Amino acid sequence: MKKTLGLAALAAMLACSAAQAQQVNVKIGVLSDMSSLYADIGGPGSVAAAKLAIADFTKDHPNVKVEMISGDHQNKPDVGSNIANQWYDVDKVDMIIDVPNSGVALAVSQVAATKNRLFIVSGAAASDLTGPKCNADTIHWTYDTWMLSNGTATAMVKTGGDTWFFLTADYAFGHALERDAGAVVEKNGGKVLGKVRVPLNTNDFSSFLLQAQSSKAKVIGLANAGGDTINSIKQAAEFGIVKGGQKLAGLLVFASDVNALGLPTAQGLSLTETWYWDMNDANRAWTKRWQAERNAAGKYPTMIHAGVYAGILHYLKARLALGGDPDGKTVAEKMKATPTDDILFGKGEIRVDGRKTHPAYLFEVKKPEESKYPGDFYTLKATIPANEAFRPLPEDNCPLVKG
Amino acid sequence: MERVAPPSQAAKPSFLRANAETIAFAVMAVGLAIAPFFTYPLFLMQAMCFALFACAFNLLIGYVGLLSFGHALYFGWASYLAAHLAKVGVISFPIWFGSWRWIVIPFPPLSPELAILGGTLFAALLGLLAGLLAIRRQGIYFAMITLALAQMMFFFALQAKFTGGEDGIQAVPRGHLFGLIDLKNEAAMYIVVLFIFLGGFLLIYRIIHSPFGEVLKAIRENEPRAISLGYKTDRYKLIAFVLSAALAGLAGSTKAIVLQLASLTDVNWPMSGEVVLMSLVGGLGTIFGPVVGSFVILLMQYKLSVVGEWVLVIQGIIFVSCVLLFRRGIVGEIAARFKG
Amino acid sequence: MFEIFGIPSGALFGQLLIGLINGSFYALLSLGLAVIFGMLNIINFSHGAQYMMGAFAAYLMLKYSGLGYWPALIIAPLVVGLTGVIVERVFLQWLYKLDHLYGLLLTFGLALIIEGVARNQLGSAGLPYVVPDALRGGQNLGFMFLPNYRAWVIFASLAVCISTWFVIERTRLGAYLRAATENPTLVRAFGINVPVMITLTYGFGVALAAFAGVMAAPIYNVSPQMGSELIIVVFAVVVIGGMGSILGAIITGFGLGIIEGLTKVFFPEASNTVIFVIMAIVLLVRPAGLFGRRA
Repeated sequence: MKKTLGLAALAAMLACSAAQAQQVNVKIGVLSDMSSLYADIGGPGSVAAAKLAIADFTKDHPNVKVEMISGDHQNKPDVGSNIANQWYDVDKVDMIIDVPNSGVALAVSQVAATKNRLFIVSGAAASDLTGPKCNADTIHWTYDTWMLSNGTATAMVKTGGDTWFFLTADYAFGHALERDAGAVVEKNGGKVLGKVRVPLNTNDFSSFLLQAQSSKAKVIGLANAGGDTINSIKQAAEFGIVKGGQKLAGLLVFASDVNALGLPTAQGLSLTETWYWDMNDANRAWTKRWQAERNAAGKYPTMIHAGVYAGILHYLKARLALGGDPDGKTVAEKMKATPTDDILFGKGEIRVDGRKTHPAYLFEVKKPEESKYPGDFYTLKATIPANEAFRPLPEDNCPLVKG
Repeated sequence: MERVAPPSQAAKPSFLRANAETIAFAVMAVGLAIAPFFTYPLFLMQAMCFALFACAFNLLIGYVGLLSFGHALYFGWASYLAAHLAKVGVISFPIWFGSWRWIVIPFPPLSPELAILGGTLFAALLGLLAGLLAIRRQGIYFAMITLALAQMMFFFALQAKFTGGEDGIQAVPRGHLFGLIDLKNEAAMYIVVLFIFLGGFLLIYRIIHSPFGEVLKAIRENEPRAISLGYKTDRYKLIAFVLSAALAGLAGSTKAIVLQLASLTDVNWPMSGEVVLMSLVGGLGTIFGPVVGSFVILLMQYKLSVVGEWVLVIQGIIFVSCVLLFRRGIVGEIAARFKG
Repeated sequence: MFEIFGIPSGALFGQLLIGLINGSFYALLSLGLAVIFGMLNIINFSHGAQYMMGAFAAYLMLKYSGLGYWPALIIAPLVVGLTGVIVERVFLQWLYKLDHLYGLLLTFGLALIIEGVARNQLGSAGLPYVVPDALRGGQNLGFMFLPNYRAWVIFASLAVCISTWFVIERTRLGAYLRAATENPTLVRAFGINVPVMITLTYGFGVALAAFAGVMAAPIYNVSPQMGSELIIVVFAVVVIGGMGSILGAIITGFGLGIIEGLTKVFFPEASNTVIFVIMAIVLLVRPAGLFGRRA
């Protein structure tokens, strides 16, 4: 008799808790470059950021059970799309996040659309992801090429850097950066004096830098990425370009790049980011936790890492609200309908094209003597409000916008 | 009874030995036909493409003794062309008529079989051009020249407009085979890839066992002797080179259609190294070696994706240990046991 | 100031000088390859990786023991050269009787291992290495600003190349080396320990690569993949020059550096393919290479 009563009570309790908060099972895949060019801007740091986000969310919502796996796309679109296929098909991953490298991100975005599963981009730059190649399953969180070139070029032209010379990586990505930035320069009344197309992975930039120097342009725009950017900045310092009065504008530079270059070399470089670890107390506190999780005291999180954290939080919110196991489009719609709010990016929104908007900041790299402690990289030069930082919807050419 | 027994006991292994290749082929064909019920089909299709690629490579190193360290050139460029033909179609290229003019061939997007054919033919053409240069030198120089030419074409692929640079050509439609069979259906696609692989494999088998193949082997063993016997060895080598390039192209084109993607990975030098590794692991100069090798290597990459960063080191270790300890490769070692 | 093909002569001189700097690296590396090939009949595919090891050795010495550029310039090649000696003893010596292709495959595998380990231990973002204090700054030559360090690179690599050539072509030791290449059995009969000579030659060739790596560290980023791209270009250089002659390797290296430099001015898009195109042309016109003897 007692036994039955006990069982009944237990059953009642279970039924009760199930009604209160339904169990939600989520599986997230962090797909990044773990060992190569972009391993420092994304990579293990993104995994650490994802772990923080999951820990923070499940602490408050114990009924959400989150599983995470990670993979290395090696910067190869075919490897990336293979892993994505497999994760969605075999491993039943609900959402893939990060994916630095635009080529891979475009490939994964396509897989996501075919499988109708969610994909949140934090690492990749291509503005096409929310432009002509947008789809209803893809959300682009942290930054994109349009925003970078717009931010840097507008601010520089306004502060007197009105003649430009581009050092462009000679492939689609570099051309896009150069085209976007050049258009912004001219729109603001500046002039592009010339450009040189540099083959990818060129070791020696000196010859191209000499051409840039003799153009007498006030600003040398670096429309390249990764190792190319680092090498070109390094060699520009060697040839005394910044000391000679010309400014370098990095169109795709991250805090980790500045850290790798060191301030003596990188000083005076202008760049745009949407998140900087040393901006405010919340960021600094998060950075401490990230460094502990990543087990790397001397490293600093990039905006991509922050984007992974914020993206996962917002995603989990939507999953909690929806419950069950909804498809990618449903989750994406929910995420777009809910205003975003997190400790790293503050308040914002996700537009219909999948573009997450938030303010962007123009920074200048400090001189070594101005830097007071390790990681003290930037001086804030300007803040671009969220509604101006990203490409306006009508210029998107995204099929989702018309509807 | 007792008299009959010994011959029949002896006959059994000799039947096995005589028909070892036929039996192995049958096992392979049946195995591949039922494998998709147990394994991820996309993985198998990819593995078959690489297996065909490795077989094509092995035709050169194993039967002519030419080490091409740039076979990614044909594999990758064929996949670009097939992807382009299937997705866009229109071909335009500049040509010199006193001045540079653009020739435009207004193809519509082609059906997959034509796209694959186009990619294969293009690889053959590239093979002809590269072969004409490379066979002017032998041995190590041949390897270095093929590597350098492949690297040159890698840079072209990086800069050319139609390849999409780092993004590659994405969203390639699988289309309808002969305008009829929808290849979006995984089963249909699988059967097509299986046929292409087995067909390519049998073709290579035929080439090796033809009189032409015998001359190739003679060149491998002793080229001056083959010349003194009156063979124009350069011509034989060139034909073998073109055949190998074309088959590598067939593999690359098929891969582009299967994965709906053509990217720089397939034209870059590590891909050339990988195909060498596959053939070496399986056994250079054995018919089944490259197939076994490519499945082993792909499976390894697939299983080891967890340790991502160490793949390069493990590949290196396999290279070194194969060269030092198992030069015959997996199939070669097995065959040696079998005979011994 | 006059113009050549629409380019001011000053800029042109500047570019020539820069071409010479890149040529220094080509020359140093192809020289090492030629020395190794001459003695061991092996194309050392790990040459690029060993060049990278030199740069990393310099980086690690600075980071962990505070030893700067100048000690690194001596110690790094010695240490990396020593690893070369070990590699030759443990791996390469078993291959001399086999087809030369196995040497290529083995060293390719070694290159993968070295690059993979470097990636795991040091990351692939690339690490900074500062220009030594004594060579900071530069000279304004009127037509260009020449960083002192670059001038030093040209000078040092020329010096190393010429002394290597001198030792091999003009000294008794060099005579033994050349003789051992031609006829090892005979040289052994003279009481010379040929295997030791082979080992040391490989070590020396590897040390040359490491030396180039240390020289490169302050200019380029120190990164695991810095060698693998370069080595393919150097292969083309070697095919163009032919590996028969030491002097040929040096001249081709510097010459191609200059041609590449000019391409960067007139047709920058082709600057990383020009050496391969030249290789194709040379193969058509002179298959044995500019300085090679017909095999």
